[in-house]
Amino acid sequence: MKKLFLIVTTMFVIGTTTAQIDSTLLRRTAKDTTKTMMNMDAVYNRPFLSFTKIPVALGGYVEANWQHLGTNGITEGHQFQMRRMTLFVSSSLYKNIKFLSEIEFEDGTKEISLEFAAVDMTLHPMFNLRGGVIMNPIGAFNQNHDGPKWEFIDRPVSATQMLPATWSNVGFGVYGKKYSKNWLMAYELYLTNGFDDKIIDNNIGRTNLPAAKQNRERFEESFNGVPLLTAKAAIRNNKIAEIGLSYMGGVYNKFEDDGVKLDKQRRVDVVAIDMNTTIPGSKTAVTAEWAWVHVDVPATYTEQYASKQQGGFIDIVQPVYKKPLFGFDRSVINVACRLEYVDWNLGKFKSTGSDIGDYYAAVVPAISWRPTPQTVIRVNYRYSGTVDVLNNPLIKTAGFQAGFSSYF
Amino acid sequence: MKWQIIFSVSVFVLAMSCQKMEPAGPGEDQTLDGPVAGLTAAQKQQFLRGDAAFNGEIFTKETGLGPLFVATSCGSCHAGDGKGHPFTTLTRFGQTDSTGNHFLQQGAPQLQDRAIPGHEPEQVPTGAAFAKFTPPANTGMGFLDAVSDADIIAMADPNDADGDGISGVVNWTPLKPYLTPREGSIKNGGRHIGRFGKKAGAYDLLQQTAGAYNQDMGITSSYEPYDTYSGAEIDPEVTNQTLLDVVFYLKTLKAPVQRNATDKDVVKGKELFMQINCGKCHVPILKTAYSTITALSNVTFYPYTDLLLHDMGDGLNDGYTEGNAKPAEWRTPALWGLGLSKQSQGGSYYLLHDGRARSIEAAILLHGGEALQSKDSYKVLQSGDKELLIKFLESL
Repeated sequence: MKKLFLIVTTMFVIGTTTAQIDSTLLRRTAKDTTKTMMNMDAVYNRPFLSFTKIPVALGGYVEANWQHLGTNGITEGHQFQMRRMTLFVSSSLYKNIKFLSEIEFEDGTKEISLEFAAVDMTLHPMFNLRGGVIMNPIGAFNQNHDGPKWEFIDRPVSATQMLPATWSNVGFGVYGKKYSKNWLMAYELYLTNGFDDKIIDNNIGRTNLPAAKQNRERFEESFNGVPLLTAKAAIRNNKIAEIGLSYMGGVYNKFEDDGVKLDKQRRVDVVAIDMNTTIPGSKTAVTAEWAWVHVDVPATYTEQYASKQQGGFIDIVQPVYKKPLFGFDRSVINVACRLEYVDWNLGKFKSTGSDIGDYYAAVVPAISWRPTPQTVIRVNYRYSGTVDVLNNPLIKTAGFQAGFSSYF
Repeated sequence: MKWQIIFSVSVFVLAMSCQKMEPAGPGEDQTLDGPVAGLTAAQKQQFLRGDAAFNGEIFTKETGLGPLFVATSCGSCHAGDGKGHPFTTLTRFGQTDSTGNHFLQQGAPQLQDRAIPGHEPEQVPTGAAFAKFTPPANTGMGFLDAVSDADIIAMADPNDADGDGISGVVNWTPLKPYLTPREGSIKNGGRHIGRFGKKAGAYDLLQQTAGAYNQDMGITSSYEPYDTYSGAEIDPEVTNQTLLDVVFYLKTLKAPVQRNATDKDVVKGKELFMQINCGKCHVPILKTAYSTITALSNVTFYPYTDLLLHDMGDGLNDGYTEGNAKPAEWRTPALWGLGLSKQSQGGSYYLLHDGRARSIEAAILLHGGEALQSKDSYKVLQSGDKELLIKFLESL
């Protein structure tokens, strides 16, 4: 028994010893993630940890926070939340062939999702192939959603609850980018699996594109056999701004099953415009996105499921103190503010001809401290209001949130 | 050091001020939701379960919605437990007298005017009489449920024995097989007193709730197991426990709290209200009998109803009826909570049974039949007195 114990212990010690990696072999591919080249590059514009002579790089980010919010006098008290931890693995398979995957653990392990797992092959700067689980380039936030890049604890409501960020699907496509002095032009075009009828049949009680994310089968089969088209064109001038225009559309319902026609094809179409800029001189960063959603909802269904939605956000971030602090040489303190709005149901009641309510607005002033560009500690005060479908009195929610987000 | 101090002070200020920076709630008298006082801890938990099912559960195709329906959740018809909006006003059709509904094979009594994709909603059959019903407020219904049959009968005056032009009759309804009569329940020809619904067609809140799940949302239960679309008996789509939790929630929702009750204008308005005999039907004070829920037992409350049917005249006669009520007869609606109606009706009034009255005054002026004298008395009031009377009604 003693021998057995010694053998097992020895094997464990040897195994542990040989499993340790000499830290001098690790190489951090540090990047200033607050300065993306273009939104479409966000997926690769992350700090990775690479190993000498091994063509694999690792990375990830983590974010956690505390919050104390109250709604019309009722609060759930102090809440500590582990919003998400994300792991990236990237690899250069061959010259001009690379792979990246992103796995996200949300709310502890309540939700685990593969957000990105695609192989990219560059044939020409203007013609790259991408295939696998991709993030549909609708708006900017969906592709550029890493927590450490933002000064706000909550993700924009328009991007995550009207648009379905983070929205990933299996599919293929092409993208390209062209440079000319200060100008960059880019495009992306993908065909993927798409939405399903949960977008108008869900327990949220309103048209909700993110409800389609409940369908895990979409990584294996299309709900209706019709591909979802996502296309984006963007232009950037390094001294002015980047503007993107994107479209995503397809059929969401099961119009045919086993050769039997069930319904007409019903479409969901989304158009989004996004921009970001840093104002010279003041270095004020402005990021904005606005989107319009149109869904072909049967006329005989309930009006609480909208055929039209719109919403967006604007973030303004002003660096106010850019000096070494607590030993961090590149420390920056920012003040920031987000304004956001979503109209979940743009329409009128058939019964009264009056406007349908169901909208949301928020203002979120914030202070953030970035000891390094890859880490942000942030304090937000969120003040929001919601109006129900009938236009009944505003329900107000407000409170403080504080937390951090950091690449590792 | 300076920054450490600033940081520490900021964290302290944040922790101390967090609740002060959150929006205050409306006063107890400004909302209709919330439980009655005096529930036990277990009863409060059941109330919360019922609240979650009533206001939080939205049905989908997957969870049994429809296929034909009017609304997808209880809360969508009764926002904030208040009166409903034309958006979820429902239509009943097919019955014109006490001989019963002759359109049952064509979907009567309730029209399901919406359908999940792939199905066609119902339409009122040609020749069928119909009426539209705006969803009522839910509050205080446990108190109404606990009024004794004897007290209701005592308020009835079917032959107008006192000669005041106001009768008031009971809607004697057949008891659904799954219902248990209340203690002290009084029968007439094998029928019991209906007290819920616009026509007082429902005996109690279990019937009202199981019926609403079935007829409004197409959700079957062991109590109402027949699918409104196919007519077939299908598996329950809501559990008995959930349904009973919802019934308990409805029973234990607090009674609306009157605002400015001691304001002299409100007091004067109430005097005028009683003076022109509005209070003959909208009886201000009722008392509950024994209830298994102690908080509802032997309580005096102020609903402004007599739970009886009254002939409201030709103007409010849609030709449709339920039980043994006549088409022009409507159960006196409780007036408590009237002043808060706009908060659940999208900022406007939609009053009377179908929401046709867009103001309290319009509702008064649409009264007829047994209420004709009261309406005429209102019409000849000085404008200042009319304002006082309406101010009183808005305080309820």
